[in-house]
Amino acid sequence: MIDILIDVTLLAFLAITAIAILRIHNLFAVIMLFGIFSLLSAGVFVVLDAADVAFTEASVGAGISTVLMLGTLALTRGHHEKPPAHRPWLPLVVVLVTGAALVYGTVDIPGFGDPATPAQQHVAPRYLEQGQAETGVPNIVTAVLASYRGYDTLGEVTVIFTAGIGVLLLLGRRRRDKASKDEQP
Amino acid sequence: MMFSAAAIAILVTMGLALARALLGPTVYDRILAVNMFGTKTVLLIAVYAFLSGRTDILDIALVYALINFIGVVAVLKLVEHGNFYTDGETVQDEPGKES
Repeated sequence: MIDILIDVTLLAFLAITAIAILRIHNLFAVIMLFGIFSLLSAGVFVVLDAADVAFTEASVGAGISTVLMLGTLALTRGHHEKPPAHRPWLPLVVVLVTGAALVYGTVDIPGFGDPATPAQQHVAPRYLEQGQAETGVPNIVTAVLASYRGYDTLGEVTVIFTAGIGVLLLLGRRRRDKASKDEQP
Repeated sequence: MMFSAAAIAILVTMGLALARALLGPTVYDRILAVNMFGTKTVLLIAVYAFLSGRTDILDIALVYALINFIGVVAVLKLVEHGNFYTDGETVQDEPGKES
C-alpha cells in the first residue's frame, strides 16, 4: 500500500518536473530542476531495488551534470532560452508518430515480471540461485553489475574517465592561460 | 505504521519543496529548494530502507547527502563568483599585480 503510494507520488513529481523544465525559460531554474529530476529518478531506482543504478544516477545526474551545466552557463553569457524561431508543429507530429510506434511495439513485449520470457530463462535463474554463493554480494543487481559483468563496467569506467579528462582539458584552459599571463607581466 | 506516516510526511514536504523550486522568484529560493529536496530524498531513502527491511541501501542515502552538499557548494560558488576557478580574492586582482 505505502509502496504504491511512494511509487505514484515519485512518478507524479517526475512528470511535474519534466513539464516544468519544458515550460520555464530561465536556464538557471532549468538546471536546478534537472537536479531535482535526477534526485527523483534516483529515488525511483532505489524503490526498484537497483542500488547501483541509483548510485550512478545520483553522482552523475545530480552531482556532476549539474556542476557541468552550471559551468557551461558561466562560460556562455545569457541566462535565458532563445525564443524558438519556428512553430513546433512538425517536431510534435514526429514525436507523436514515433511514440505511437513505440507504444504499438510494446504490445508484443511480455508482461512485467513474467517468468516465462526468454530473458528470464537464460542466465537469470543461475544469477538468482548461485549469485549469493558465487560472488558474496547481497544485492543481485550489484552482483550482476560488479561481478558477472565486471569487464563491461570496467570499460564504462574507462570511458567516463576519458571523458572527464577531456572536460578538464577544455574547461581548465582559461585558468592556465590566466596563470601564465600573470607570470609574465 | 510509523514508517508509513513518516514516508507520507516526507512526500508532502517534497511536494512543497518542488512547488518552491517551480515558483521561486529569486535564485536563492530555487537553490534552497533543491538543497531541501536532496535532503528529503536522503530521508525518504532512509525511511524506505527500514520500511522494506533492506537496510543495505542506507549507504546510498549517505552518498546522496555528500553529493547534495558538494552540489550546493558548487552552485553557490557559481552564483557568488560567476565561475568555478577563482576564489573571492583573485577576482579583484589587477592584471600584472603579483599575487
